[in-house]
This record gives sequence, structure tokens and C-alpha cells, in this order.
Amino acid sequence: MYKHSVRIDKRKCVGCTNCIKCCPTEALRVQQGKAKIMDERCIDCGNCLRVCPHNAMVAMTTPLSALGAFKYNIVIPSTTLYSQFRGLADLEDVYAGLYAMGFDAIYEEAKAAEIIAEAMSKYIHNGDAVYPIISCTCPVIPRMVAALYPNLIDNLSPFIPSNELAARVAKEEFCESVGVPREEVGAYYISPCAAEMTHIKAPMGMDKSDIDGVFAVRDVYALLLPYIGKAMNDPGLPKTIAHRAGAFGLGSAVVGGLSMAVGTEHYLAVDGMDNVMQCLDDIENERMGGLVLVEAMACSGGCVGGPLTFENKFVAKNRNRRLQYSQPRLDLEKDAHVQRYADSPMLRFDRPLEPKSILKLSDDVVAAVRMMDQLETITKSLPGLDCGSCGSPTCRTLAEDIVKGHAVEMDCIFKLRDKVRQMAQEMVDLASAHKRG
Amino acid sequence: MVIYSESYRVNKGDFSTAGEASAKIKGALKRMGLNPAIIREVAISSYELELNLVIHSEGGELILEVGDGVLSLISSDCGPGIADTSLVMQEGYSTAPESVRAMGFGAGMGLPNVKRHSHSFSLESELGKGTRIVASYNI
Repeated sequence: MYKHSVRIDKRKCVGCTNCIKCCPTEALRVQQGKAKIMDERCIDCGNCLRVCPHNAMVAMTTPLSALGAFKYNIVIPSTTLYSQFRGLADLEDVYAGLYAMGFDAIYEEAKAAEIIAEAMSKYIHNGDAVYPIISCTCPVIPRMVAALYPNLIDNLSPFIPSNELAARVAKEEFCESVGVPREEVGAYYISPCAAEMTHIKAPMGMDKSDIDGVFAVRDVYALLLPYIGKAMNDPGLPKTIAHRAGAFGLGSAVVGGLSMAVGTEHYLAVDGMDNVMQCLDDIENERMGGLVLVEAMACSGGCVGGPLTFENKFVAKNRNRRLQYSQPRLDLEKDAHVQRYADSPMLRFDRPLEPKSILKLSDDVVAAVRMMDQLETITKSLPGLDCGSCGSPTCRTLAEDIVKGHAVEMDCIFKLRDKVRQMAQEMVDLASAHKRG
Repeated sequence: MVIYSESYRVNKGDFSTAGEASAKIKGALKRMGLNPAIIREVAISSYELELNLVIHSEGGELILEVGDGVLSLISSDCGPGIADTSLVMQEGYSTAPESVRAMGFGAGMGLPNVKRHSHSFSLESELGKGTRIVASYNI
């Protein structure tokens, strides 16, 4: 089964090289004029979604029509959702809109983020962690570490992503208070992020996600819009929720927000795939002494920069800040709901995260070393223009593809041109030799 | 027998490209599928050696050699050479100028760090000629 979050619309793909150039794991190639995702290399960062000028990269999400598969439905609004609406002063407007969509209960991702922050704070103080701890809130980060930085696998936080925790806690509380079996309850996440679909189809560190569907923020936007600025004044609409997040939880939509909530000054907040890779490289080289927490996010800005959002991420960031300031800075140590779960095993991955080491050329080290030697030789024979015309993002990647047997030297158009020229010359030589003969 | 050998030129005082050679070396090691713990050690050593070439040498080469069962990092420069090779192996000893220390380097931990992060280590130096450092690993 295809487990990734991006599908290529072959009718729209023109085989340009934009996507293959921006992929941090070099998981894309153009073959027979169409882009192709290499399953085992993709970490669902969403870079290709953003960069494709032909809208040929399609983010897979759950259709809204899927609502109804369960008897009871819980919604988990992402913290980013609130920042999409111009003039939103009261989150109750959003809650009212969500109830109107047919949900039975609302549990904010922001609340779960507060529980994680509190647990992280305790973990830092008494834990036997490998530092720096790399947060797993962004689903792309553990996938990137497993794929490219197997050295850092033990640095990954033991805590599950906040939206997954939200689904776990929400189901537990709903079943407890309403008295229904868990299998009758579905949890739907309203997501700014394409990777969430991968998280529910192929979760890391657990057998099954408690999130049953992922709706794109931009698909839900229009449904909620009629309630913005209105619901607060309509006493007839339901708009209360059991556990509201405070400023700390709301802040987690922007990179650095979690670290603020955790309350450590020794943190690194880094966003955007290139920047994240630069920092992970430095951590791997032990150049980040004294660092306690790394809050890395694939999208520029954090979740507000997710590809499934509607609003400009900088505007969203500003709105997120205003919403934060409008909420109390809850003391997480005194919040009964946060404390109820902060030490719970529910917060943890069910099993250790495992490295995937996608770069490995062969399982046999000696064979891999030989292949690496060939790779260097072939790279030097290629023009070094990284034009992408062969379908691989760089000349070096073409060399890698050749070594692995997935491509041939004549895929390089410059090599091909030289070869044609040489053959033409040989034909001329042959013809003149024939004439003379 | 060496199966793979690749050398990288490292220029004196060129902080803008410092770290590129060790990044390439790390990329090669990951493709070779070496044990992640070894890759980590080699990455730390190669970065130290590369920065040493930038800061202290007149320029030189960083070489990665991989054979069946053994990997070597070789740093070879064309001067100025080290007057007292036992001093540079003492933690905290540094000849780095203030300008370099201000960048966070030159704490005098470089070569001891390379030695600590390698399975065997050798240093040969001649004043006016140059220095050759070999850090080897069993793989």
C-alpha cells in the first residue's frame, strides 16, 4: 500500500525539474517525462507540494464525506487552524462552527501540546535523556532523523506528536464521560500538514494511530467562516469545550512555541528543511554543546507554514501571537488536566523509533565501499552542471543511480551529445574511407 | 588494500568553505553503510582536522581512505609544522590567534579530541615542512 502523503497527478506533471531539485532526501526522479516518488526515500516534508508550478503534486487528505464512519466523532483542531481567520477574537466562534459540522466533542491540539510541554520539562529535569532531545512534534523530523541521521535516533524525544496525544486523550475522556466503547469513536485532525496522512497510514513507534482521518485546514476553512465573528453573540449555539488551552499551547503553532512552554533557555528552534539539516549535521558533529532541546519543524515558520493552510504564514504567525496574548498563561504545574496526563505512558511511543538509513548503497559494507568508489569516478566524468535533464537532481545523484543500476550514463544529455558527435564522425570517416577504397 | 580513496583540498583561512570536506566525507560514509557509531566518530575527527587545516596550516588536504576492515582519515599539509608535537596533544594547549578564538575555535581540544575519537592515531611533523596526521578506525 502506498503510505505517503503526496500523489503525483500524471496529467498535470510536465516533467520539469522543480520538485527533484528541492527534495531533501533526493526521493524524486523524472522518468519517461513524469515525476516519480521513491517510496523508501520520501519523508513527507511537503517541499515538492509547495514548489510544483503545475499543481501536479497532490496532498492526500481524508474527504469530508468520510465523516459518519463512526457513531461518535471528535475533532482535533490544529493550533494553526485558529490563525487562519481574519478578525477572530473568540475561539468560541471556531468551536461553534466545528459543532455545526457535526462533531460531538472538541479537543484542542494546543491542550495536548501543553501536556507534552509539561512532560518534557519534567523529563529534562529528572530524565536520563540523550541530549539534545529532538522534539517529535513535527512528523517529518523523526522520519528525517531515521532516514539521514541514524546517529541521532536516540536523541529523538520519547513523546508522541501532540495531535496523536490529543486523539488518545480525547477518546479516553469521551468514552469515560459518555460511556461508549472506544471503537464507536472516531477522531479527526484538522491539519495544516501533509505528513499527517502518512502519520496515520504508517505511524512511527506505534502500531496504529488514534487519529482516524485528516482534514485539510483549507477544506474546512469555508465551512467555519460563517461562524467567525458571529457565534459568540448567539446564545443558541453550543460553543464550550472541556479543556481549553492557554497561551503556551496556542504558541506551539509557531516554531519555538513548544520550547517556550517547556521553559528551557537551552533550546534551538529551527524551521525549513535546509536549516533543519544544517543543524542536525552540526549536532551530529557534536558542535552543539550544552543544548537541551531541539524544536525542529519542516515548514518555514512552523505549523503555520504548513502546505494545507489557507492564509499567508506571516499573517498567520501574527494572528497566532495575538490569540496567544488574549489567553491566560496557564501555569502548567497547576493545571489539573495537564497534571492528570503529564506522567502517563500514553504520552510515549509504544516502541523505540528505528533508523532506516536510506543512503546505504548496499547491505554489504565492502560492496558499498566499491560502489562509492565507482560513484566518485562517474561523478567526475559527468559535466557537473546539475541540470536535472537526466531526471536525477544532480550529477552526483545520477552517478548514484547508475551505480545502483537505476540509470545509465547516456541518460546524461551532454554525454549523449558527445556520443552522437563521435558516432557521426566515425560515420564520416567510414564513408570517406569507402570512397578512397 | 585501499578500495576507496578521495582527497579534498582545504585552503588556509577559508572559513566560508570550512566544513565542506567533512560534510562530503560524512555523506560518503553514510552511503557505505558503516556503523552509525563509527560514522559519528569519523565525522567529529574529520571536522576537527579540517578546521585545523583552515586555522593553523598553510593549506593542505584531507583524505579519506577505506579498505576492507579499516578506514583512515589523513590530514596532510605543507606547513608550517609543529615545533613540539607533545604539547599539541595536551588538552587546552592552543596557538590559535584571538580572532579565531572569538569564533569559538582554538580551545586546544582539537587533536586530543581526534585521538579520543579514533582507534589509532599518529602525528608526524617537521618545522618548515608540514604535518601529517592519520586517524584510523576498524570497521
